[in-house]
Amino acid sequence: MIHAVEHRGPDGFGYFTHSQVGLAHARLSIIDLEGGDQPIRNEDGSIQVVFNGEIFNYLELRERLVAQGHGFYTHSDTEVIVHLYEQHGLDFVDHLNGQFAIALWDDRQKKLVLARDRTGIRPLFYTKVDGRIYFASEVKSLFSHPAIPRQLNLQALGEIFTYWSTLPPNSLFEGIDTLAPGHCIVVHGGNIELNQFWDWAFPEEEIDQNKSVDEWAEELRALMVDSVRLRLRADVPVGAYLSGGLDSSVTTSLIKNYTNTPLRTFSVGFEDEEFDESRYQKELIDYLETDHTHILCKRTDIGQAFPRVIWHTESTILRTAPTPLMLLSKAVREAGYKVVLTGEGADEVFGGYDIFKEAKVRRFWSRNPDSTWRPRILERLYPYLKHSPTAGGAFTRHFFQQGLEYIDEPFFAHIPRWSTTQRGLQFLSPEVKSEIEKKSRFDKIADHYPADIHRWKPLNRDQYIEVHTLLSGYLLSSQGDRMAMANSIESRFPFLDHRVIEFAAQLPPRYKIMGLNEKYILKRAMAGLIPERIRRRSKQPYRSPDSQSFFIDGKPLDYVEHLLSEDKLKDAGYFDPKMVQLLKNKCSKGKAVGFSDNQSFVGILSTMLVNEMFIHTEHTDFTYLRNSSTLTESKH
Amino acid sequence: MTAEEKIRNYILENYLFTDNQSALSSDDSFLDKGMLDSTGILEVIYFLEDEFKIKIEDEEMIPENLDSVNNIVAFIEQKK
Repeated sequence: MIHAVEHRGPDGFGYFTHSQVGLAHARLSIIDLEGGDQPIRNEDGSIQVVFNGEIFNYLELRERLVAQGHGFYTHSDTEVIVHLYEQHGLDFVDHLNGQFAIALWDDRQKKLVLARDRTGIRPLFYTKVDGRIYFASEVKSLFSHPAIPRQLNLQALGEIFTYWSTLPPNSLFEGIDTLAPGHCIVVHGGNIELNQFWDWAFPEEEIDQNKSVDEWAEELRALMVDSVRLRLRADVPVGAYLSGGLDSSVTTSLIKNYTNTPLRTFSVGFEDEEFDESRYQKELIDYLETDHTHILCKRTDIGQAFPRVIWHTESTILRTAPTPLMLLSKAVREAGYKVVLTGEGADEVFGGYDIFKEAKVRRFWSRNPDSTWRPRILERLYPYLKHSPTAGGAFTRHFFQQGLEYIDEPFFAHIPRWSTTQRGLQFLSPEVKSEIEKKSRFDKIADHYPADIHRWKPLNRDQYIEVHTLLSGYLLSSQGDRMAMANSIESRFPFLDHRVIEFAAQLPPRYKIMGLNEKYILKRAMAGLIPERIRRRSKQPYRSPDSQSFFIDGKPLDYVEHLLSEDKLKDAGYFDPKMVQLLKNKCSKGKAVGFSDNQSFVGILSTMLVNEMFIHTEHTDFTYLRNSSTLTESKH
Repeated sequence: MTAEEKIRNYILENYLFTDNQSALSSDDSFLDKGMLDSTGILEVIYFLEDEFKIKIEDEEMIPENLDSVNNIVAFIEQKK
């Protein structure tokens, strides 16, 4: 099982077996290269741990634990976990500032504890079969075991074609659960107990802390400096991604100005002007005087790399955007680096996305639904798109007006996005359509938020829904962890330090979005630290060419032709073959300009790849696919 | 092929992904049926401008002109 995830840890394997339990670990050596091999134990070996991730405050924790009498035998961050558990029991997780998937065996109490970090940076899956529990960082490890059945979870497929993510504990596979972020499970005496140790939380009323905006900004800058400082801790060199946008400008500028770490940066550019941010990247590179590597991503690169992307994501995805990041992490590896800092999380934490501004305008408009000028504010959004969703006059207004009856629901902001994405469901085969639950639209998400969400400010509700769907279920997993780990790179996220998240949660919403100026407090905190043009630049979310990546001169790539053929679609049974042919034709002619067609196409193709590589295949060893560039080459 | 047939076939093929004529009646509202996403109407406009050699102004992008096959047929007729 462990060899299936060798890409996550190519530096060595470690094992622990005992009467009831087996732990295995594939190591990516970053801290304590000589002595930090896992599993790691406590003083008498009664507690054993394997984990994937980093504990960034390990030095501070170690100092405290040593003072409390604990004996360390390594210099690793891992070892603080076993001693914290000795000291605090299951509350050990509360002390960790890090990103982690942990498996801890307590031999005295015969307990297995699995824990996942607060925001879902590192993955953790588990399943119970024939009275045994199996767990792993990736599903392919579980599928390596012959006892574990392989079938697509159709409800989960419906969830991805709505929320962009499955809703925990669902994974895309029947019987395999994902451990939700901020949760742990305790396996003991034949029972599995699920506990939540952390969640995003917001105040009901604005907390009057008698602080000026500049005091907030100063506090934020100090927090970010410390978050970056902690995340540079490594016994190997640490690099940084640089997109040209505000967030990675912040992370790289903080490295430059507040640490001694030599700055080594990496970025990706595109042939298509609509997606390319090279000129902003260059401005920052010159400003920071960084040692920089830039890779150019062509549409054909995306099309060719996509099967390998899906082998790593193990999921239906709705955009090709993870693909260039896998190519980028390869460049990082080739440059001799194992760790990068990235800017993900800032938009969720500080209100950077257009969806938040869009919701603000829609709420404003709903106070006077007949107004003709209120909705025109929407035209200021999406300036970066070649085909703007706000260019359609009355049709645009109709689109953005949908869901006004849900104005008080926490998911109000997400209705336009989810209704666009759900257009992919029309391609399901009739049998699958009928199996997917027909509850009223979108309300499944109500099982996943706390009761007091209704008393939070609207922006905070929007943020909560966003982080529990797009962030943990797609951005951090398919686009983040899986694409970096594909080339054995560890990505680290200063904006997702839980102290930063908890600080930002206390902010009055107007300090996140001031009028329509997003991430206001972050921009204010970083004034003087980053080029003004980038600080003031309007938001351009990271995207890459979608359906157009899979056709050359109107002809689909070989594996696309093969997997989206009528026979293959009929055989798999998820999608209506005739409808998919018409979508494929539309995409081949370059006529799929909008979001929903592209999402549908990429979603259908990625599902067929998942089916081919994980379900349909008789193989239990997936290593044959690891290095293949096209699917048809690897078929047996 | 008449204008109505061209438009019907275009809509069926590109928004309902079917060749089944009974899936769409010529006075069905695209908005009410939820057939268009936020950029869908732009695609329809590109098609109409290409196919019928007309130019559609911003102020003409209204449901009365574009929100059903019948509306589009009438709109194109008066543009000639």
